[in-house]
Amino acid sequence: MTRMGISLLGTILFTTGLFTTASQLSGCSDNWNSPYPGTAKQANAVYSAFSERPKHLDPARSYSENEVEFTGQIYEPPLQYHFLKRPYTLIPLTAEAVPKPRFYDAAGKPLPDDAPSAAIAESVYEIRLRPGIRYQPHPALARNAAGRYRYHALDAAALADKATLADFAHTGSRELTAADYVYQIKRLAHPGLSSPIFGLMSEHIVGLRELGATLEQAAKARPGSILNLNDFPLAGAEVVDRTTYRIRIKGKYPQFIYWLAMPFFAPVPWEAEAFFAQPGMADRNLTLDWQPVGTGPFYLAENDPNRRMVLKKNPNFHGETYPADGDAADRQAGLLADAGKPLPLVDEAIFSLEKETIPYWSKFMQGYYDSAGISSDSFDQAVRFSARGEPQPTDSMRDKDIRLITTVAASIWYVGFNMLDPVVGGLGEDRQKLRQALSIAFDYDEFISIFLNGRGIPAQGPIPPGLFGYVEGVAGLNPYVYQARGKQIVRRPLADAKRLLAEAGYPNGRQAKTGEPLVLYFDTMASGPDAKSRLDWMKKQLDKLGVQLVVRGTDYNRFQDKIRKGNAQLFEWGWNADYPDPENFFFLLYGPHKKVATGGENAANYDNPEFNRLFEQMKDMDNGPARQKVIDAMLEIVRRDAPWIYAYYPKSFGLRHGWVHNVKPNLMANNTLKYRRVDPELRERQREAWNQPVLWPIVLMLGGLFALIAPAAIAWRRREEGQA
Amino acid sequence: MFAYLLRRLLYAIPILIGVNLLTFALFFVVNTPDDMARLQLGAKHVTPEAIERWKSEHGYDKPLLLNHAAEGSAQFTDTIFFQHSAAMFVFEFGKGDDGRDIGNEIRNRMGPSLAIALPVFVVGLLVNITFALLMVFFRATYLDLWGVVLCVVLMSISGLFYIIAGQYFIASLWKLLPISGFAGGIGGLKFILLPVLVSVVAGIGGGSRWYRTIFIEEIGKDYVRTARAKGLSELRVLFRHVLKNGMIPILTGAVVVIPTLFMGSLITESFFGIPGLGSYTIDAIQAQDFAVVRAMVFLGSVLYIVGLILTDLSYSWVDPRVRLQ
Repeated sequence: MTRMGISLLGTILFTTGLFTTASQLSGCSDNWNSPYPGTAKQANAVYSAFSERPKHLDPARSYSENEVEFTGQIYEPPLQYHFLKRPYTLIPLTAEAVPKPRFYDAAGKPLPDDAPSAAIAESVYEIRLRPGIRYQPHPALARNAAGRYRYHALDAAALADKATLADFAHTGSRELTAADYVYQIKRLAHPGLSSPIFGLMSEHIVGLRELGATLEQAAKARPGSILNLNDFPLAGAEVVDRTTYRIRIKGKYPQFIYWLAMPFFAPVPWEAEAFFAQPGMADRNLTLDWQPVGTGPFYLAENDPNRRMVLKKNPNFHGETYPADGDAADRQAGLLADAGKPLPLVDEAIFSLEKETIPYWSKFMQGYYDSAGISSDSFDQAVRFSARGEPQPTDSMRDKDIRLITTVAASIWYVGFNMLDPVVGGLGEDRQKLRQALSIAFDYDEFISIFLNGRGIPAQGPIPPGLFGYVEGVAGLNPYVYQARGKQIVRRPLADAKRLLAEAGYPNGRQAKTGEPLVLYFDTMASGPDAKSRLDWMKKQLDKLGVQLVVRGTDYNRFQDKIRKGNAQLFEWGWNADYPDPENFFFLLYGPHKKVATGGENAANYDNPEFNRLFEQMKDMDNGPARQKVIDAMLEIVRRDAPWIYAYYPKSFGLRHGWVHNVKPNLMANNTLKYRRVDPELRERQREAWNQPVLWPIVLMLGGLFALIAPAAIAWRRREEGQA
Repeated sequence: MFAYLLRRLLYAIPILIGVNLLTFALFFVVNTPDDMARLQLGAKHVTPEAIERWKSEHGYDKPLLLNHAAEGSAQFTDTIFFQHSAAMFVFEFGKGDDGRDIGNEIRNRMGPSLAIALPVFVVGLLVNITFALLMVFFRATYLDLWGVVLCVVLMSISGLFYIIAGQYFIASLWKLLPISGFAGGIGGLKFILLPVLVSVVAGIGGGSRWYRTIFIEEIGKDYVRTARAKGLSELRVLFRHVLKNGMIPILTGAVVVIPTLFMGSLITESFFGIPGLGSYTIDAIQAQDFAVVRAMVFLGSVLYIVGLILTDLSYSWVDPRVRLQ
């Protein structure tokens, strides 16, 4: 072998060795590309990702989806949604039963359950907790032999070697009490926490607003000191006994029960707050906002939001079992196979930070993530539509036993008209017709097909499917935009839109009086090449009517500002349900919630007195035919007035590997990780099979490099020899 | 020398104040404190009272630059600018809008940033110099010509392309390395290889061309002719003489970069999931977290000033004719 050949072989061996060594040194996994160094094979774990690091893990503050994904598994409010039942049903979690409110009049006299809303001055929810529920092991709850808290009086020296909670040698636990729930309700009013629901709850919970003002004054009077919430009573939340507490609500607010299934109303032990409030803790990022303390099925064992978060099984978890009461479809789907088994079904869940979609998708396809969403880049690779228009996984997905999960989100996207605008706003018949004409022209059936890959359902009104009040099929169509053709719902012809436009005073898209073209302005945050095609599509829709659409692109802040000040004309907006009640969508059109006048959520500034009256009636009613009748009347009003172009209800598509079980989309529950089961052996086998390294490119690359270097080396030698 | 250093350090103070002022102005032209509050509080159920409470809690309820309601020096000190900037001059960065300690974050993230930036810097320098010297050695031949063409091609390709291609081929298709992620200690080695390889390859074009220009300039000088006349081999001439003299601009160009290596790379870190300072800065910009943005800009400016001072020092070190006064 020539010297050059030997050096080539050496280089190849060195490079291959470098890759091998890097892989082997990096952990126990045999796969070179495994992103989990040091992770035990066949761990009974869920592998998932998060794209944005959570801002808050304090249950009084966390609200967004990427935060509740963690807090939902750690903190336990008194109620939860049944995992399998539809429509969404509340069941007890730490409570013994779902509380029924008791009603009282202004004099404090009890009222019957069917008392009229106007007579009800106060609703009282009494919640009794199940005994024996204990907190996760935590240093804040550790006590010494004398029964005193070990870590509640730490000085700088004692904290010197503490960087994480794992550095505290002792942990402790205690039983959950009603006082912990009351303590957390008070925390919603804490001025230092800026709870996002304080404003809303202070309208409903007796004394919460006053408590907020008192705490604010106390904080100003003693700057830098810690407020002990146990010293501040709250009239609307009181401890009845060790396991019972009572919440007083102003008037009647039936939707309050849904809030009791959110982490905002989960318990927080005062000891945790006292522990983290000690000097030096916050400098180490040891705060309750980042180190949750709960009673849930998991605790946060590793908290590195810059890289990964690891939830581990709470050893003190209170024997909850997998539900046994699903329907036949659940049984057929294998969702009842684990009925009665103690939860959680996995030992840990590893969430890795994955900001970009390409690595996320690649890792899913390599088996390193158990489930994944589908970005537009990967859609064609993952999903195809059958002849009947049903989405199915592609053959390449089926080959890997990857399953497709689809569900219609409890959300709506709409194009809002600013009802204060002199051109498109107002409740006059001509304006109604103008908005109806535009609603027909904007062909959202086409939009869903072109831009969403079929991931959406054309909206017929503000209430999305799955919520009480939504009517399936032709019975639930919006007659101002759609019409029935047999059992099919079809969009009204453009001729109808043109007729309506003419009746509104704009024949052929021009003002009847002046002949000037009708020019509308669409405010949007969308920008960039992706958005351009969508915006062009929007212009094209109005072109069909001869109406000009001017797009006014802006950034998020300016857009919000325009909406707040009522300076927009047409705008695109969306809403995700907080809870499964039509009130949570109708309130977006309730007059007293107008954005411009009150800063409320009614971005269209729609204000129809009849609708407002029906809303006030409907929101306090129990689900049933009477409520449906009121809802139908409200739907008729908002369809006729058309303050929104009801665009679509988004459909979410997700994928999961065949080794993942007990997946049923539940858009309301945020604590479903405990039901998840995986088959670690199958996963490991698949990972092995899918991730065998391909070595020939290394050889080829080095060969290519050699082919480049060799002539240079020869030339150099010749030149050197020539000079000599 | 000492007087020179002291003078440069004193110059740094107005520069840093200016940078701070500029960052402040640019940030608040785009974002108002109300916008920041809304972003932090979320899109739902946000009341004007909640916004006021958030601003008060985070110190954004004061005037931006001048407090007309205050008297005396408080007109300047009781403002958002002063309250959020003064402490930085003693490297007290405070807390981000998410409540996390910025100093702690910087300490934690500096390591991962350096783990990528340092090997990229060292390996990149070696590869670029070697390639440039090879082109100089074969100057005026087809090898040199195609070398330059290759450099221009490499320079013309977007950095993002290298990342996506590297991730696709090496991690996704050939499964040789993880596509993204990070781990501390020796376990982190396999996560570093791909971003380092991609970054080095992406930098070859520009770096090698620049170094080639320097070496070409050197090779035409009298001392090189003298060295050749002495009968030294071309390799010896290149490595012993040309490289040594060519190192002056290379060294000074490289030294200025060294301190800023701590700041990491914005795009590389984001794509490869490296929890460094680059991705921290990007996240802060997206989250409109002024506290973090101004801390990172301040830190970047300090490190750049340090880099420039080190460059001046390295001038006098590599070229004895230069004296700092």
